[in-house]
Amino acid sequence: MTETMTGAEIVIRALADQGVAHIFGYPGGAVLPIYDALFQQNAIEHVLVRHEQGATHMAEGYARSTNKPGVVLVTSGPGATNAVTGLTDALMDSIPMVCITGQVPTHLIGSDAFQECDTVGITRPCTKHNYLVKDVNDLAQILHEAFFVATNGRPGPVVVDIPKDVQFATGRYVGPENVVHKSYHPKLKGDVDKIKAAVELLAGAKKPIFYTGGGVINSGPEATRLLREFAEVTGVPVTSTLMGLGCYPASGPQWLGMLGMHGTYEANNAMHDCDVMVCIGARFDDRITGRLDAFSPGSRKIHIDIDPSQINKNVKVEIGVIGDVANVLGDMLRVWRASGATLDASAMKEWWAEIDGWRARDCLFFRQSGETIKPQQAVKRLYELTKGPNTYITTEVGQHQMWAAQYYRFDEPNRWMTSGGLGTMGYGMPAAIGVQKAHPDALVIDIAGEASIQMCIQELSTAVQYNLPVKIFILNNEYMGMVRQWQQLLHGSRYSHSYSEALPDFVKLAEAYGASGLRCEKAGDLDATIRAMLDTPGPVVVDCIVDKTENVFPMIPSGRAHNEMLLGEAGEQRIDEAITDEGKMLV
Amino acid sequence: MRQPTGSAYFMDDQHPPLARHTLAILVDNEPGVLARVIGLFSGRGYNIDSLTVSEVSLETHLSRITIVTTGPAGVVDQIKTQLDRLVPVHSVVDLTLTGKSLERELMLIKVRGKGDQRAEALRLAEAFRARVIDATIESFIFEITGKPDKLDQFIVLMAPLGLVEVSRTGVAAIARGPEGMTG
Ligand SMILES: Cc1ncc(C[n+]2csc(CCOP(=O)(O)OP(=O)(O)O)c2C)c(N)n1
Ligand SMILES: [Mg+2]
Repeated sequence: MTETMTGAEIVIRALADQGVAHIFGYPGGAVLPIYDALFQQNAIEHVLVRHEQGATHMAEGYARSTNKPGVVLVTSGPGATNAVTGLTDALMDSIPMVCITGQVPTHLIGSDAFQECDTVGITRPCTKHNYLVKDVNDLAQILHEAFFVATNGRPGPVVVDIPKDVQFATGRYVGPENVVHKSYHPKLKGDVDKIKAAVELLAGAKKPIFYTGGGVINSGPEATRLLREFAEVTGVPVTSTLMGLGCYPASGPQWLGMLGMHGTYEANNAMHDCDVMVCIGARFDDRITGRLDAFSPGSRKIHIDIDPSQINKNVKVEIGVIGDVANVLGDMLRVWRASGATLDASAMKEWWAEIDGWRARDCLFFRQSGETIKPQQAVKRLYELTKGPNTYITTEVGQHQMWAAQYYRFDEPNRWMTSGGLGTMGYGMPAAIGVQKAHPDALVIDIAGEASIQMCIQELSTAVQYNLPVKIFILNNEYMGMVRQWQQLLHGSRYSHSYSEALPDFVKLAEAYGASGLRCEKAGDLDATIRAMLDTPGPVVVDCIVDKTENVFPMIPSGRAHNEMLLGEAGEQRIDEAITDEGKMLV
Repeated sequence: MRQPTGSAYFMDDQHPPLARHTLAILVDNEPGVLARVIGLFSGRGYNIDSLTVSEVSLETHLSRITIVTTGPAGVVDQIKTQLDRLVPVHSVVDLTLTGKSLERELMLIKVRGKGDQRAEALRLAEAFRARVIDATIESFIFEITGKPDKLDQFIVLMAPLGLVEVSRTGVAAIARGPEGMTG
């Protein structure tokens, strides 16, 4: 039996049938029929944001912390253009998202109507796929397809643009059961031959490493479990990208820390010196590889990825296995066990001894002395006082993001939300709100910078309205610190427009929004302030005044290889001599 | 300068050799699909030398797009894999790499002239197996099919004989042998 209903009702029904419980949105003329339908139902809870960019990051936080798609609803024109940053962010970080945009009525499309923009044109390069719905009878099918595309294969954002007349029109509803996609059938199982070859290559290694990424987390809890099992069975050291933190526990014995530009000494040296690298759900991004012609020069490489276009993109690999991480790791483990493979024990012992030598450099060492708070110390204390399986951390973008990645330690996946690929300042607070909506009883903290937080500060109002008790911990160095660091290292300490002038009083600002504000200026007050933050109900902003000129170390300067890392206090190099002219061309 | 990183902002003054590639792409015939395909070229600032699109299966509404482009092998391969992951794309083949493919193009060409010039144009047209599909006292329109370079050659010959305008379909290409592209 087919049911008929209005396009607006089809939207609500399709969302409910897809299991959507929460959506993040902002109304306007071109989505009024959908808002009317929302008003008349209880299945789906709508969170009213303050800016459409906020809605997209909330959906990202929601998705990243649950492995479910985040859903956004915005109006035509400015509503859609405001969503573009978050769509691009989700595309870069492979976050499943469905974004429904209103559009002017079909007959007005292309006429420069009020609040018209070419949404499918604008979002084509920043979505995994998008649709313009011209017929109400296609609407249900398209919405179900959108969820399929967003969540299957490499996840990503999908836009469904719905003209207002289609929302009013009456048409047939079809359920999600029989929706099969015509052309999109991502490959989930890895080729058996490739997997056997990969196991063989790994078994012959003397200095193997697992280089893991966000794909492990996207693949789901089973992938994480299998990765941990595979690591334990083989004894191979594990590092991870910024996006993959938590897939292998930071407290695990084989954990080397994050790799890449601000990765640990041990992780980067192990990447450089390894003889077999297994890249699992990562993509050889330029933050990871550093100088390409010197990237892990002596290793043979295995790359596991669900997206075939990632294989051999930046780095040529010996074996590319296309498939879902959980599937491929499951198969690899089976083959590993069935073939009775083991690594050469004495070689592994030597490899770990070498790694322990690098670990002994204690590359994340810093000195907290005096009352000026070192930002590293702030994150370290925050970690000690808030760690636990029910704590979720988001960040903005900048130095504080890197310190959070280095000093906050994650033992579980889906607890760490950060804008990796796009590096979007303003991501953290809305993402935290999205996480909190999905996990009402969790502790959700946005580790922020004083510049980034101002990019989506308006969402504090959303947190207050819905009583979402997110904690915003600002490492306030009065600088766009990451910009300042680069200017110091690469541009002769000419600090062009990187000083955070005319800052608001964040405590009063929080209070003005109806949230609570706390300030911490002395190292001795850190613990008490963090405890007060935890004890204060509702959203809290902590303005933590930190050392203004601290830099993030270790650092692989642009244009350098992994084994040419600069260390902070753990090393004694002169940073101004470390960067070549070639390196100055890079970001 | 060497290629020190994969960074987006690296000023790479290396010039890898460029080569001509013919790509065949099977897609769902739906709005926007061509824009998606073309976007992977235009977004990189790459030119498309030739483009043909037409529906090739009435029941399944599949269209076949043939694109001729010039670029470094690595980049063309990236474009190919990124085309392949587009949702409405069924399959992509680089016919240049698979070898043994046939290419044909159709051209309409208008030539205006009198006397000896006109006679000469007609003689050359015969030699090239071009057909006259329209004639006035002072002009011809020829229809000619062949490999793109044969068409180029014909244009060169017509230029001094009163060439007025040219319309070409772009390249249609197909691999030799019994196998076909699957949807
Ligand atoms: C939207 C956006 N604009 C510009 C940048 C470039 N950028 C990267 S980090 C940064 C400074 C961030 O300053 P702050 O939030 O105070 O963090 P800090 O580095 O001081 O910890 C800037 C401007 C960006 N990443 N995102
Ligand atoms: Mg700052």
